[in-house]
Amino acid sequence: MTSVVDILNSLWIDSGFSALLTDWRSLVMIVVACVLLYLGIVKKFEPLLLVGIAFGTLLTNLPGAGLYHPELWDGIIDGTKDYGDVLRDGGLLDILYIGVKAGVYPSLIFLGVGAMTDFGPLLSNPKSLLLGSAAQLGVYCAFILAVVLGFTGPEAASIGIIGGADGPTAIFLTTRLAPHLLGAIAIAAYSYMALIPLIQPPIMRALTTKKERETKMEQLRPVSKTEKIVFPIVVSIFCILLLPDTAPLIGCLMLGNLFRECGVVDRLSDTAQNALMNIVTIFLSTSVGATTVASRFLTLDTLKIVALGLLAFCFSTVGGVLLGKIMYKFTGGKINPLIGSAGVSAVPMAARVSQVEGQKANPSNFLLMHAMGPNVAGVIGSAVAAGFLLALFS
Amino acid sequence: MFFVLKSDITVLEALGYSILGLAIVFAALILLMVIIKIQSALMNKGRKSEAPTSVSAAPAPVAAPAPAKAVAPGSAGEVKLFDVPDKTAAMIMAIVADSLKKPLNELRFKSIKEVK
Repeated sequence: MTSVVDILNSLWIDSGFSALLTDWRSLVMIVVACVLLYLGIVKKFEPLLLVGIAFGTLLTNLPGAGLYHPELWDGIIDGTKDYGDVLRDGGLLDILYIGVKAGVYPSLIFLGVGAMTDFGPLLSNPKSLLLGSAAQLGVYCAFILAVVLGFTGPEAASIGIIGGADGPTAIFLTTRLAPHLLGAIAIAAYSYMALIPLIQPPIMRALTTKKERETKMEQLRPVSKTEKIVFPIVVSIFCILLLPDTAPLIGCLMLGNLFRECGVVDRLSDTAQNALMNIVTIFLSTSVGATTVASRFLTLDTLKIVALGLLAFCFSTVGGVLLGKIMYKFTGGKINPLIGSAGVSAVPMAARVSQVEGQKANPSNFLLMHAMGPNVAGVIGSAVAAGFLLALFS
Repeated sequence: MFFVLKSDITVLEALGYSILGLAIVFAALILLMVIIKIQSALMNKGRKSEAPTSVSAAPAPVAAPAPAKAVAPGSAGEVKLFDVPDKTAAMIMAIVADSLKKPLNELRFKSIKEVK
């Protein structure tokens, strides 16, 4: 009889339920994971990534599951452990996380993004690049505010890049500069990207007049196939020579785009856009979610990051729209300032917001293709901003 | 220095880095803009210089064109398709004609391009 009680007692002690009762923080994180799953599944907030991130959060916070070991990664950072230790002692999510840590997944996601992106609107209106630059304002505003709030330089840089509204870039930079903040930064970045249709319109309306919003833009010139093929090659050479730290991101983005445009590797383009992108998204989202271990995620810093992320998005929108207004004045009213907000990357959601706001002001307005220029310029702009911060702090 | 908190850099340093960072992003993308403009100017120039050549060389092949070789009666010419399959283009043209209540041969489609 005693032995049965002992066995039951031992089973209870070994079970995750017992551990849950001893550490309430895991329970809180399970609730957080369920809220994120609700937002992804019911509210459709960036579901392709948020569902995976949320489930990774859930798995990593189930006591006893042993899928992710933050102490192993601490060892990698301080040099007492290597990837061999991770492969030997790590759980499933530890092994998947190697791809994040090595910067493989964000780069492969960029390969798919490149294969899906048409740079035609940017090539037909190269001034869009200016709007893509101005919309990086939020990166640096959030960086300064993060320093004010007491974050170190590398941490502040990782928080600032949320303003680039580009998930893979944020993950890429954070894994190199402040891996302990990865979970909070990734969740903030993807959540705010999903909230762009709510965050941007009030700022866009507050900063522009009705007359400016009603501006109809001239039709874009057609871009030849040769121009589209030469573009990724030129951008790779130029950007990587200028900021070598951008090589993994810009290199993969432009390789994907070359697959798309050259017309002789349709199979590769299709794989990069679909199968590869989907596989990497699963690995990236679950392993990033796994970093949200209760003891490290439930801190005041997470709340600060969430607040700074929102400010970063707002400042980036302000930067894009303000430069749009300046360009409106300089071109004699030929550029609708609303397309400036699309410079925050978040392809194509930010461009859609410009289109919707433009049509609200003038139902015959079609800004989508015009906004795609700054939108894809923002992807390049945020990669350049990340390259600069990486060069500064790594 | 001024305003040192817990951070390893001061706010003034952060401000300096930010101004430099934004300037580098602008400089990089402005240079890219110039490169794109030069690239498109060169390509347009190439196309323009090709055009007169083809015109001067044109008489021979154009002299004996196959008139209305594959053109349906009443057709206004060929529509240029950009990343759109023939079948989809045909459906789009039929839908437009139906919406406008006009016969298809009274409409002129210059190009159909997929908006991505």
